[in-house]
Amino acid sequence: MFSLVQVELYKIFKRPRTYIAFGAVAALIGIIQFGLKIDGKSYLDFMLNDLSSSLEIDGKILNGYLVCYVMLQLLLVHVPLLIALIAADMISGEANMGTLRLLLIKPYSRTTLLLAKFIAAIIYTLMLLVWLAILALFGSMLLFGTDDMFLLKTSYVVLLKESDVFWRYIGAFGFAALAMTTVAALGFFLSVFAENSIGPIVATMSVIVFFTILSTLNIPIFNLIKPYLFTTHMIGWKEFFDIKVNASNEAIIGSIQNPEKIIKASLVLVAHTIGFFVATLLVFRKKDILS
Amino acid sequence: MKKCRLFVLFIFCVSLAMAQDAAQLIKKVKAKLELVDNYEATGVMKTDIAFIKAPIGKIKIYFKKPNLFKIKKEGGISLLPKGGLSVNLSSLIASSNYSTIDAGVQEVGAKKLRVVKLLPNEEASDVVITTLYINEKESLIEKAITTTKENGTYTMLMNYGAYSNVGLPDKVVFEFNTKNYKLPKGITLEFEDDTKPLSAAQQLKNKKGRVEISYKNYIVNKGIPAAIFN
Repeated sequence: MFSLVQVELYKIFKRPRTYIAFGAVAALIGIIQFGLKIDGKSYLDFMLNDLSSSLEIDGKILNGYLVCYVMLQLLLVHVPLLIALIAADMISGEANMGTLRLLLIKPYSRTTLLLAKFIAAIIYTLMLLVWLAILALFGSMLLFGTDDMFLLKTSYVVLLKESDVFWRYIGAFGFAALAMTTVAALGFFLSVFAENSIGPIVATMSVIVFFTILSTLNIPIFNLIKPYLFTTHMIGWKEFFDIKVNASNEAIIGSIQNPEKIIKASLVLVAHTIGFFVATLLVFRKKDILS
Repeated sequence: MKKCRLFVLFIFCVSLAMAQDAAQLIKKVKAKLELVDNYEATGVMKTDIAFIKAPIGKIKIYFKKPNLFKIKKEGGISLLPKGGLSVNLSSLIASSNYSTIDAGVQEVGAKKLRVVKLLPNEEASDVVITTLYINEKESLIEKAITTTKENGTYTMLMNYGAYSNVGLPDKVVFEFNTKNYKLPKGITLEFEDDTKPLSAAQQLKNKKGRVEISYKNYIVNKGIPAAIFN
């Protein structure tokens, strides 16, 4: 199994397409960091315009922690598209090149082969997330320094102590790994139906875009289906950055406002991942491989 | 008619005497506060604003005559009411360019306090009126309500302890008005935010803020570099 995963990883990283995602993430993060470094004050003034009319806010607000949060908000919506590039190509790519039949004559069961491919896709996904974390979190910490995290939400403000932030990022990236694995599983599932890569890649992207739009639309009729869409739960990482307050409105350090939301979202994502993989397995085991 | 004139004269003399009493009381309070040229203190600040979730923070407080006042948080980001905390006790009565009005005695909690209103004589002053609730026996300001032109009305409640002999409080509760906070979802990128709109009562509650400062370890009249207030 280990050698099969190694072979699959070799195949992934042999393709130039793989590095598009790493390059795109680096470029996007670099451009945001550059913009905020040069003109971050204007951005902050704009964000704090409402609040600073009644409060004096003192301290290094634009620090690495806040910059990373801003970037994650922007990027974690789009990273699934980059993951689809590889995950949705895992089986269909082989079919397209005509190597799938050749692969299946090897003395491994279809289940083992599929599992190795899926593990390789997950490893790629995690590597992309680690890359994102290195550049967005550690890069921003280096460039902007660290301080308390001052988070402006739609209807309230959260102030997290510097010592109370890093573990939240570990949690957030861990959660993002779950969410991105679900995306990889979806791409993987769709790749079993096609004999060229473009179809499942575009299909995965379309499903994500479509579901994300439904998840974010505040139209009551869509509220009924929102809990069943995995994209609704993919933004659960933000919950790590909301703190609980006691009866006298005092933030409790080390707490999370809605931990049950994180647990529920994690379970939904894990269930989707397992569901997509089992479905892939069922389809693939019975599939007549002709290419 | 003669009786009536005498009565008006009597009322005028009584109000003049009361105003003089109030001015004397303010002088006594001021004399006590003037014992402190500068101080440095450590403390704990609790911010209680409905739309802000913030932990308790350790702070350092600096004061230098006549009205330099600075609160610095020990690392991290601090939130203070705009222009508010600069209205500290000394700066409330630092100038003598105001008129005093005696507003009688009022019970605040278990204490009977003399109420004195200060009206600035200067047209340009940001302060419109200050109402002081003074403990006559100790010559200490226990409560102050200040209405300003730019920053609304502030209420300060003071508790005294070990440093009451120089008029320095152990605890100050600062109440002030805030504006309703709301950022568009397009800016916060929280399109998924499903919070319900606030009720009228909650919106009203959101307009009140409270900052509580507990002072510890005063260092009085040991000198403070002016650079700290920049």
